[in-house]
Amino acid sequence: MQSTSRSFKQNAHHALQDATLQRALGNIKTGFQEKRRQVIAALPEFEALRDAGRDIKNHTLAHLDFYLERFEENVTAAGGVVHWCRTPAEARETILAICQRRNARTVTKGKSMVAEEIGLNEFLEANAIEPVETDLGEYIIQLRHEPPSHIIAPAIHVTREQIAEDFRRHHTDLDPNRRLEEPRDFTDEARAKLRDRYFQADVGITGANFLIAETGSTVIVTNEGNGDMTQLLGKAHVVVASLEKVVPTLDDAATILRLLARSATGQEMSVYTTFSTGPRRSADLDGPEEFHVVLLDNGRSAMLGTEFQDMLRCIRCAACMNHCPVYAAVGGHAYGWVYPGPMGAVLTPSLIGVEEAGHLPNASTFCGRCESVCPMRIPLPKMMRHYRTREYERGLTSGTVRTGLSLWSFLATRPSLYRFVTGIMARTLGVLGRRAGRFRSLPLAGGWTGVRDMPAPQGRTFHSLWAERRANGRTGA
Amino acid sequence: MSAARDQILGSIRKSLGRGPVEGEAAAGLHQRLATPARNLIPDRTAGQDTAGLVGQLVGKLGEAACSVDEVASLAEVPARIAAWLQRENLPARLVQAPALGADSDERLDWTATPTIEVKTGTADGSEDTSVTPVFAAVAETGTLMLLSDATTPTGLNFLPENHIAVVRRSQVVGPLEDAWSRLRGARTAAGGAVGAGMPRSVNLITGPSRTGDIEQRIQMGAHGPRRLHVIVVDD
Repeated sequence: MQSTSRSFKQNAHHALQDATLQRALGNIKTGFQEKRRQVIAALPEFEALRDAGRDIKNHTLAHLDFYLERFEENVTAAGGVVHWCRTPAEARETILAICQRRNARTVTKGKSMVAEEIGLNEFLEANAIEPVETDLGEYIIQLRHEPPSHIIAPAIHVTREQIAEDFRRHHTDLDPNRRLEEPRDFTDEARAKLRDRYFQADVGITGANFLIAETGSTVIVTNEGNGDMTQLLGKAHVVVASLEKVVPTLDDAATILRLLARSATGQEMSVYTTFSTGPRRSADLDGPEEFHVVLLDNGRSAMLGTEFQDMLRCIRCAACMNHCPVYAAVGGHAYGWVYPGPMGAVLTPSLIGVEEAGHLPNASTFCGRCESVCPMRIPLPKMMRHYRTREYERGLTSGTVRTGLSLWSFLATRPSLYRFVTGIMARTLGVLGRRAGRFRSLPLAGGWTGVRDMPAPQGRTFHSLWAERRANGRTGA
Repeated sequence: MSAARDQILGSIRKSLGRGPVEGEAAAGLHQRLATPARNLIPDRTAGQDTAGLVGQLVGKLGEAACSVDEVASLAEVPARIAAWLQRENLPARLVQAPALGADSDERLDWTATPTIEVKTGTADGSEDTSVTPVFAAVAETGTLMLLSDATTPTGLNFLPENHIAVVRRSQVVGPLEDAWSRLRGARTAAGGAVGAGMPRSVNLITGPSRTGDIEQRIQMGAHGPRRLHVIVVDD
């Protein structure tokens, strides 16, 4: 997928002006946040499980080569094939070759962020193979020719009215005056439309939430059942997964599963958690004849051993974006590539480069909510700071910002001068702004006052108030 | 493709600053896979007897939007299914897994319910209702574990609009890890050592199919069954 991360600022600006988008984003708080809070309150061991999950992933990453080799051995023993792919291009070609060997005309797809990462749909279309997205959210955005805006709720930016228009435009064989109002109307229509597509498909492509080294299994976690129909009814099942998805054993997967659904949708378990191991057995009555795992690196092996290794623990639950004030304000498309929100702000520059995506680690208030909800305890703000440092070191930061930072660091490393200058500023602004209580514009602060007022200081600095409070505290004690 | 394989493994080792895992370190990791240890398991099912686990399972199934019926023996199941179909206003026909068919120890005897049209096999998408056994039921979260096999085809779990699962009380376990232990045990007993003897598909199912993709409002029956009815049988 072509990135527009370079224009994050313009993207964000447009998103803030988009009234429909803002209405759609309003559902996040009551939806994801509240449900997560309730389900976690019901599990006293949740914090300890976060430690256990982090430790499992750390152990796996430290021995990633070993576990990937065991995974491959067990996939092969079960009659499947692992295809190792360094780049998105290799992964696309591998999948195309499997499809062409089966003379595939249509492929059904379960939701996969790695498939988005490698730009699979456009590539298949260019090679005369029709990809059919079967997850309801993915189906909606495929009709709209849009990328997903959220990693577990790809159509979260779309309202019911918009979906109704899309369905009427595309499902032209149905009564144009039919009712499309309640969620049920849409779900039923999509269900009926997609039913036949599963049976027509030559190949079914899914992603993977986990790869199990112990058994050579791939695991998908869904609520709709579309990923299951996709792999059951396609004649070949292709799993596209990035290599950090491996965990050692079924028991390790059990531990992380306790974190995943709770952090994602606020469920104890998602409806369908499916472990797939090899193609159908000779006596089986159904299932695919072939089983392929397309294992993608795309820069991840180079993240090991760096300050970004912890990012490879990510299980794609989306808790970080569901709790991010920046994501809630601008939505996922503004981030300009596949992975939005805090996890995207770290992963995107790691995968496509800080030159392309250097804006994203700046799209944070450093409030720290992402790290506090991350089930794998990934220190997201710290890694964003690493990227800001890299951006600065490589001279990618703008001249104004560099000058500002130099000036600020000059002051901040000289405490008495800092107190003197800020004291003058606070007093001056306090006097000037006393009547209105705020400033509509300020020299050198147009970026702030262009969209909101600057509150006038009370006249004293935090430093002097703090000193006074400590002095009073001592007297009182 | 082997060039890619070697390069990826080489890149991982280079980043980690070491060569391939060998000797004692490798033996330790092989051991970790051969005898999987359990991690922290939530307390909520600890020390419960069968009655306690069944009670918890029934509660959790309800939370997951399943309907539940409890019967004293397998012989009562057909009549209860007939009553449920009628109550839900569903057609009097179904497809059952071969594992519940005439040649099986677990066979369901439909002679007393002649109005129900019963087919045995897998689903082709035309059926309204399926009836399947389960391999285990996890009380911790109200999760059913179903395995693909010649007598338990996976299509039955997904294609019909209504899925009826028959759970025997002896199949109810506490945490998911207990179900994995049973699976490993059963497969070793059957002589299947490959990949811990996993069947093609292990389905963990917690409630009927649903989606929240339309404005985050939960809607049942997205692609899989709209209704999941669980019958717990005393054995």
